[in-house]
Amino acid sequence: MSATTKRLLLLLPTLIAFALGIFLYQGIGQDPNKLESSLIGQPLPEFNAETLVSPSRIVTQADMLGQPALVNVWATWCPTCRAEHEFLVSIAEQDNVRIYGVNYHDQRTAAQQWLKDLGDPYIFSVFDPKGALGINLGVVGAPETYLIDADGVVVDKLTGELNERTWPPLRTKYLSLLQETN
Amino acid sequence: MLKVALASIFICLASLVSPLTQADIKSYEFAEPEMAQRFVDLTTVLRCPKCQNQNLADSDSIIAKDLRGQVQTLINAGQTNQQITDFMVQRYGEFILYDPPLNKSTLVLWLAPIGMVLIGLWALWFFGRKTHTQGAMLTPSEQHKLDQLLADNQTPSRD
Repeated sequence: MSATTKRLLLLLPTLIAFALGIFLYQGIGQDPNKLESSLIGQPLPEFNAETLVSPSRIVTQADMLGQPALVNVWATWCPTCRAEHEFLVSIAEQDNVRIYGVNYHDQRTAAQQWLKDLGDPYIFSVFDPKGALGINLGVVGAPETYLIDADGVVVDKLTGELNERTWPPLRTKYLSLLQETN
Repeated sequence: MLKVALASIFICLASLVSPLTQADIKSYEFAEPEMAQRFVDLTTVLRCPKCQNQNLADSDSIIAKDLRGQVQTLINAGQTNQQITDFMVQRYGEFILYDPPLNKSTLVLWLAPIGMVLIGLWALWFFGRKTHTQGAMLTPSEQHKLDQLLADNQTPSRD
């Protein structure tokens, strides 16, 4: 082994440390809460539950089919849901976006009052007080929003607030699904 | 006396690390005692998807409570540990496993430590060998000179 090779080899630990540094640096700033949903590409799970507004009305996953739509998981105890609610109302009213709600781990009267006070952007909200549908959807915490196609297959999922910043990429997908359907 | 004190400290510490306290397990009812042990095992190796650095047994978040309840229901329904794990992975992804399986996306995770140890061993061998050869590289005349220098240094100074 020549002296030059030996000297170059001395640089090896520095190079390894450098490569490791670059690798770890890429992890900085990545949101650890952003987990890929296992449900993407899968149909909505089966469920059979009361709606929030009328306990006598039983809905199933079949009631969400026919058109692409958003399925929004929300609760009155969730501050971020409050923050995004106005935005949901605006896209439902102005852009006619179809939104179904999943009222997650909540109390019926409080949730009904919330919709009366803040407006109801949902075609209907599934009442899920024990989080049973939540588990089958792979819900980690509210709010979460799923984009489903006309057949009820989950196309995309947003964890966290739906707003002016997070809606546009979903909107593009929603509109193209809408075009395919019509 | 000291032994008793040490033992009680140890028991206190042990209770800190045990995932579910006795009272917690009792609030989950099982048909057979063996099932309660499986419940403890499963909630220890399944990760809370919300809090991420805790397992299901440790976490107090809503989702962890729900999933503990789900594990209980599935155990009582007669499902095997494998079936329950599959159920969780299907909904929450492999992320939910504290012991990730070896596959394409976890290859680096599994092999990096082995690689680091190999690099370390190689470095030990490489740099260790180098020191020895340097020591042996003195020619007889150089060695003689060195011995003389050392001997000079040992003679007491006259100042």
